[in-house]
Amino acid sequence: MPLSDLPPDGVVIVGAGPAGLACAATLLDQGDTFVTVLDAGSGAGGQYWRQPAPPADSSDPGALRPDAMRGLHHDLGTFAELRSRLEAGQAAGRASLLTDHHVWTVVAAEGGHVVHAVDRSGGPGRERAVELRARHLVIATGAHDRSLPFPGWDLPGVLTAGGLQALLKAGDVALGPRVAVGGTGPFLLPVAAGLADRGATVVGVFEANSPTRWLRELRAVAANRTKLAEGAGYAATLLRRRVPVRTRTMIVEAHGRERVEAVTVARLDASGHPRRDTHRRIEVDAVGVGWGFSPQLDLAVTLGCALTADASGTPVVQVDEWQRTSRSGVSAAGEACGVGGAALAVAEGRLAARGIVGASASDAETAGLREEVARLRAFAAAMHRAHPVPAGWADALRSETVVCRCEEVSAGTVRHAIAERGATDARQVKQLTRAGMGWCQGRVCGHAVELLAGGGSGSPAERLVSTPLPLGVLASRKSRAM
Amino acid sequence: MSTFRFDDVSIPFRDGQSVGAALVAQGILSWRTTRLEGRPRGLFCGIGICFDCLVTVDGVPSQRACLVRARDGLDVTTQEGSGYAAE
Amino acid sequence: MSAVVVVGAGIVGAACAHSLSAAGAEVIVLDRGSVASGTTSRGEGNILVSDKEPGAELELARLSRDAWLEVGEELGRETLELEEKGGVVVAASPEALDALSSFAAAQRSAGVTALDVAEPRELEPHLRAGLAGGVLYPEDMQVQPVLAAAAMLEAAQRRGARFVAGADVVAGVRDASGRLTGVRTSAGEVIGADAVVNAAGTWGAQVSERLGGPVPVLPRRGFILVTEPLPPMVRHKVYSADYVANVSSSEAGLETSCVVEGTRGGTILIGASRERVGFDTTLDVDVVSTLASQATALFPFLERVNLLRVYRGFRPYCPDHLPVIGPDPRVPGLFHACGHEGAGIGLAPGTGRLIAHHVLGGGPLAPEVAARFTALLPDRFVQEA
Ligand SMILES: Cc1cc2nc3c(=O)[nH]c(=O)nc-3n(C[C@H](O)[C@H](O)[C@H](O)COP(=O)(O)OP(=O)(O)OC[C@H]3O[C@@H](n4cnc5c(N)ncnc54)[C@H](O)[C@@H]3O)c2cc1C
Ligand code: FES
Repeated sequence: MPLSDLPPDGVVIVGAGPAGLACAATLLDQGDTFVTVLDAGSGAGGQYWRQPAPPADSSDPGALRPDAMRGLHHDLGTFAELRSRLEAGQAAGRASLLTDHHVWTVVAAEGGHVVHAVDRSGGPGRERAVELRARHLVIATGAHDRSLPFPGWDLPGVLTAGGLQALLKAGDVALGPRVAVGGTGPFLLPVAAGLADRGATVVGVFEANSPTRWLRELRAVAANRTKLAEGAGYAATLLRRRVPVRTRTMIVEAHGRERVEAVTVARLDASGHPRRDTHRRIEVDAVGVGWGFSPQLDLAVTLGCALTADASGTPVVQVDEWQRTSRSGVSAAGEACGVGGAALAVAEGRLAARGIVGASASDAETAGLREEVARLRAFAAAMHRAHPVPAGWADALRSETVVCRCEEVSAGTVRHAIAERGATDARQVKQLTRAGMGWCQGRVCGHAVELLAGGGSGSPAERLVSTPLPLGVLASRKSRAM
Repeated sequence: MSTFRFDDVSIPFRDGQSVGAALVAQGILSWRTTRLEGRPRGLFCGIGICFDCLVTVDGVPSQRACLVRARDGLDVTTQEGSGYAAE
Repeated sequence: MSAVVVVGAGIVGAACAHSLSAAGAEVIVLDRGSVASGTTSRGEGNILVSDKEPGAELELARLSRDAWLEVGEELGRETLELEEKGGVVVAASPEALDALSSFAAAQRSAGVTALDVAEPRELEPHLRAGLAGGVLYPEDMQVQPVLAAAAMLEAAQRRGARFVAGADVVAGVRDASGRLTGVRTSAGEVIGADAVVNAAGTWGAQVSERLGGPVPVLPRRGFILVTEPLPPMVRHKVYSADYVANVSSSEAGLETSCVVEGTRGGTILIGASRERVGFDTTLDVDVVSTLASQATALFPFLERVNLLRVYRGFRPYCPDHLPVIGPDPRVPGLFHACGHEGAGIGLAPGTGRLIAHHVLGGGPLAPEVAARFTALLPDRFVQEA
């Protein structure tokens, strides 16, 4: 869509997941501004309500249908409601949903911001540069799986836990037949349950932490009974499907030549180190590992929004009681403000919208949303405390284990840069070794490198370009302007 | 059922699937080799973050198989290294 | 033996430490960050003679080129990713070619090797067709700046130099005669020295003020584009002749003329714009798009190639576009080595030798060689003021 087609005073929401959709729906209900929602995916829903791409030919009986995915999603009713409100807005000429539009950067401009996206809807080789003016910008960019390297993690068939679930939700493919799920966090349960329900043999869920850690968090749990019920539902599925759930256990190695064939799992000792005497080898065809999620902060960092740390020390966007960031005209909602699940994202999206339309702080709805956000944030903090990365996560790394998958930089090289050349953070390691300089720009290895450097999550990497785009697309902006 | 070409084979897919999902459904787990060590790679993150699933589509190298939507008649080829022929 | 404090662990500070320690000085390098945490990690690593007109800067570039080769001998070319790849300057139009030819002729008379190239595509097959011509500069080289700075600093440390990261120099310490006898850090520590070298790059003005001998150093912003990794497609440093005009320009506005080059890692670097906008860190999409369109105009295959990353840095420049190297006439014991603008990587080892010469009164350079660099002395700013 050319720049001139958009009202200059619109709200632009980046991300059509729970936070972005909730924000859009509330804006359409409460305000009279034009709302544009952009998403890199082929439809609305984000990671949580991920859907197959809408069928090109709706009469195709073989096409994937969202309804077929019903069992995999939680709270699809909310999704359907939010989406239909956005569709009504579109029909009324008040809203626009731009899918396959990946925002590659955002720049402050007179009276707001300019959002720069690359439109990939034309398919490979036919990308276009798109620019939108935003009076108000909402960053609802979500999060992605956090990965940690282990020997064999680069074998085909080893995915992130989220990757396994995305295949299931968007492609109706259950990787297997034998699959191991590992890492930490409540997210592992729905992944395993979904796979088991679709006929995969889940050889085990290997959770690094002990459930007893939750005993310290009873207050947050008691206040969030729906979360408990959700967890209980997945646990019941796993029980019914005879999926063993092993706690204080982690996958320490994946074996295979051209693809994964087996994993070794080990019990963790009291200080979080895998015990060699507990190694057990299990034959598998696929593996999904996840260590929680990393918020996508690229746009916020580029804009210079102030950040803060969540309960696990991860940098997140700092927001006020209306979800406003430190930059005027920029709000943030959902996982960018800290990983906490879809219900929290929805509440934050609504609150952000109410802030933009200038709702009163004292009305009952606002007060209710604030209470909900606080309650769910407390639960999220409890979750972060209950599911830390174990101290011994890197014990199994060999010197030749790949850490940076893109540039093929090994653990030995990274450790040398730290121990012998004095690197103290991911940025320095990157410059000495190229770890983090490749296609993914450190999104996959960055956290591990930071941990190896002893820094934990310090300041996040700056990525002025948040998704790759062909130089010709960028160049075409220039010829158009001239 | 619709199909696309992957190197010399024809891959059936269900409308709405990505190229990556369709390949995996056929038991094909890797379709690229790395630049330096020639290691096989396929899907990892599944959501467009990791760029491990790069593949050449209709002659355009380095497309993310997990994002590119499968379409009838698409020409998908294994990608070796950077996907560009050396001079 | 004299004790020398070097403020700044960028490429220039590292080169100073390297030369000073080789000449026997006891060196302490202080940086408020870590090695190469300033502009050194934001540049491209071009070591160019091709873009310099005859004068003190070209002399320093030639001295530095030889010095780089020696550093490469000593520390290993692989370690520094030092490559003698040569530069090709191309002209799109006959007029541009005329200007380029006369520029090259003047350089030749100053000792630079500059070879006329009728068809640049014979050197760079992926260049677009129809260019008017070009000049090959075989002496142009490339280095990976962070690796080079780290390696020179490590070599100095092996000779006994000390490096303190995270030490922000906030003031100088002087004796009754006004001589600088050390520096004070933000932690309150005083580090004594017979000489202090200001190698604080773009922050050289601030450090010079803190040490009592202000010199003017200002930031000039530049963006660099980095592509996806490719097989070798661009062999030399390739740039268009307009670059020559931009480097020496003192206009305030934006200037872009792209330099395209391959790297060891396979990525192609496209740099760099030049703007005077203070320390403004925001991304300028128009500037970046202009660089992209210039690069794709030179190398059409780049149109389909993905941009992965953009980074920016602030080049340290003095108002007359020459670095300031030598003793401060106002503050005995203070030496400046900053303001190298867009050429600090290339000029670093020559600067290190010149500084060793000034600080140690003799050292590695013959007096007649050192005499070629009087135009770089700080005196020029003191007289003005
Ligand atoms: C986009 C761009 C492209 C470039 N391309 C090239 C190129 O191809 N070739 C080339 O030769 N040059 C290039 N340059 C220029 C080159 O990067 C600089 O000239 C060079 O890095 C300057 O080195 P330096 O050591 O003087 O400064 P810096 O690397 O900035 O080092 C100064 C150090 O001083 C420290 N410091 C500052 N204040 C204090 C204090 N109070 N106390 C303690 N420490 C302090 C800083 O932390 C910093 O580490 C480019 C620059 C840019 C921006
Ligand atoms: S699987 Fe990670 S980008 Fe496609």
